[in-house]
Amino acid sequence: MAAVADVEAGAQAPAPATKPAARKRSFPVWRWVILLLAGAYFVIPLYAALRFAGLKAFPDIFKQAGFADAIELSLRLAVVTTILTLVLMVPTTVYVHLRLPQVRRSMEGITILPIVIPPIVLIIGVLKVAPGFLLSTPYLLALVYVILAMPFAYRSLDAGLRAVDLKTLVEASNSLGAGWPATLWRVVLPNIRTAMLSATVLTVALVLGEFTMASLALYVTFPVWIVQFEQNSGPVSVAASLLALFVTWLLLMLIVTVGGRGARKRGTAAVALFTVAPRETSQTTGEPE
Amino acid sequence: MTTNAGTTANTGAAAEAAGGAVRAAADGAGAPVALHDLSRSFGPVHALDGLSLDIAPGELVALLGPSGCGKTTALRILAGFEYADSGTVSVDSKEVSRVPAAKRDMGMVFQSYSLFPNMTALDNVGFGLRMRKLRAAGRDRKAGELLDMVGLTDQARKYPHQMSGGQQQRVALARALAIEPRVLLLDEPLSALDAKVRLQLREQIRALQQRLGITTLFVTHDQEEALSMADRVGVMKDGRLEQVAVPGQLYAEPATAFVAEFVGVMNRIPGQRRGQDQVSALGAVVPVRGGTTGDSGLSGDVDVLVRPEGLRIAVQPGGNGIVTDRTFLGSVTRVSVLLSGEVTVKVDQPTAVADTMPLGTSVQVSLPGEAVLVTGRR
Repeated sequence: MAAVADVEAGAQAPAPATKPAARKRSFPVWRWVILLLAGAYFVIPLYAALRFAGLKAFPDIFKQAGFADAIELSLRLAVVTTILTLVLMVPTTVYVHLRLPQVRRSMEGITILPIVIPPIVLIIGVLKVAPGFLLSTPYLLALVYVILAMPFAYRSLDAGLRAVDLKTLVEASNSLGAGWPATLWRVVLPNIRTAMLSATVLTVALVLGEFTMASLALYVTFPVWIVQFEQNSGPVSVAASLLALFVTWLLLMLIVTVGGRGARKRGTAAVALFTVAPRETSQTTGEPE
Repeated sequence: MTTNAGTTANTGAAAEAAGGAVRAAADGAGAPVALHDLSRSFGPVHALDGLSLDIAPGELVALLGPSGCGKTTALRILAGFEYADSGTVSVDSKEVSRVPAAKRDMGMVFQSYSLFPNMTALDNVGFGLRMRKLRAAGRDRKAGELLDMVGLTDQARKYPHQMSGGQQQRVALARALAIEPRVLLLDEPLSALDAKVRLQLREQIRALQQRLGITTLFVTHDQEEALSMADRVGVMKDGRLEQVAVPGQLYAEPATAFVAEFVGVMNRIPGQRRGQDQVSALGAVVPVRGGTTGDSGLSGDVDVLVRPEGLRIAVQPGGNGIVTDRTFLGSVTRVSVLLSGEVTVKVDQPTAVADTMPLGTSVQVSLPGEAVLVTGRR
């Protein structure tokens, strides 16, 4: 080793020069250009909105009539929607992976439908089948949001389950005497925790930003309040939009950071919004026969 | 089935020395297993076709066969992960055919790394004990003893991704043994490991299995693994057991042409059947060994099956073959000889003798007078 080190030290100039060169190659100029253009596309409207609203508008948001009710309703809906989505989608996705892998492709097709079906069709459909006691409560919206969140939640969970050897883990758990509830609770859920966090992030973001359904159902959620309030005060309304954006972003970062920290400790997948990176192992596994 | 009687008898003393966990495991070990007439189809594919196998208490039986022969299906049916279409599974003389996997008390080590990624090595080993409602202190103590048994005490607090493949499989073995299973199931547990680790772990598994006297079914496609570890080896083909025998017998007295060719290296030499009991090949007439399945009724053109160490070879100008290749195997060298009719045979010779036969040497290959196996001409 010493000999190798001496030789490397003796090589002088070219050796250190290769590292920055390699880094430059891995991130060429055209990527910076694209990054800057994309960044400008997002940042310029935000800057314009901030200029229009002015910093003074922000404290005024909290004094406006209906603000607290709207934000509370949106947060309540986010919590209920997230719980419903996870309760419905986690067992379904696990079941499909374990017992019906052949229908995974069909599931991908079905779960994408809420994106292509017009909102009015969705809400009329939900109104037709929703239980009577829900029709007069804002939680009707949660049912609609569960459908809207399905494409994102399914993809997150699907990616998370693909990153673990679910069948082997479940069989190992069974062979050690664990029944289904224990296997799901102690083995499956902890190993798709990051995928569940991703699904949560996307669901919360969707609920906090959704306008059309809430407006059609005549409930004043936070986005609906922003639009209504715009009639009274443009700057405060824009400031509220920026605040909503910031709070949502903060929430997402919090979930990603917390999830990522746990994932790094256990070597499981890191939180990403649509895909879950495969977990790192020190050696490759063999293909099961 | 009687091959490991001594092993089983020695179990208690060895286990005593290895601590409480081992002692407890040894007490509960040694259940006889009987698979009777198991059949299982997946659509049009018959994975198992009337498989029957008895495993004696404390015995290690390896199921060996090519991919798709049904060996893994047999193991999964014994584990309770699959149910047979027909036939029965009995452990300790009790039928368990419809008992779910979680209630069979069988430890299993999988081919792919199966440790729970969210748990440390200690928690992985303690998982089965937790499912058996053992308190945390007792669980950790016992899991620690088992980790000690596989030499991984220092890895107790590590997560699976922080361990090597060999260490993970050793933890998986400790985890399987922690529940004091009546039967240990090994589903190609070494196939994902590199050669050196594989050899070490193979020896460790065998030593532990013998020490604990635990009835074990081991599935592998690696014949070296099967022959070196098992008390008996069952060779499978198309969902059926071709032969179950101790390794030496399997090699020396294969019951079928398939077993003969699957286990070890086998030459096929064209020959002519001479009546019921004799065959002529390489210019000699030799007796046919009885018992080869499918050989009855063979007449005319046949193939004679002879192992590389079963052929004679001598340098002879104008002989019946030419040396085309030589493979050094240590004390012996495997000499490839091209015979007339584009047939190549392999002959093992002491390296010193093989050195006198460089490539291109004309040699005479012949059969010793011993009885040979015959099979239909390919």
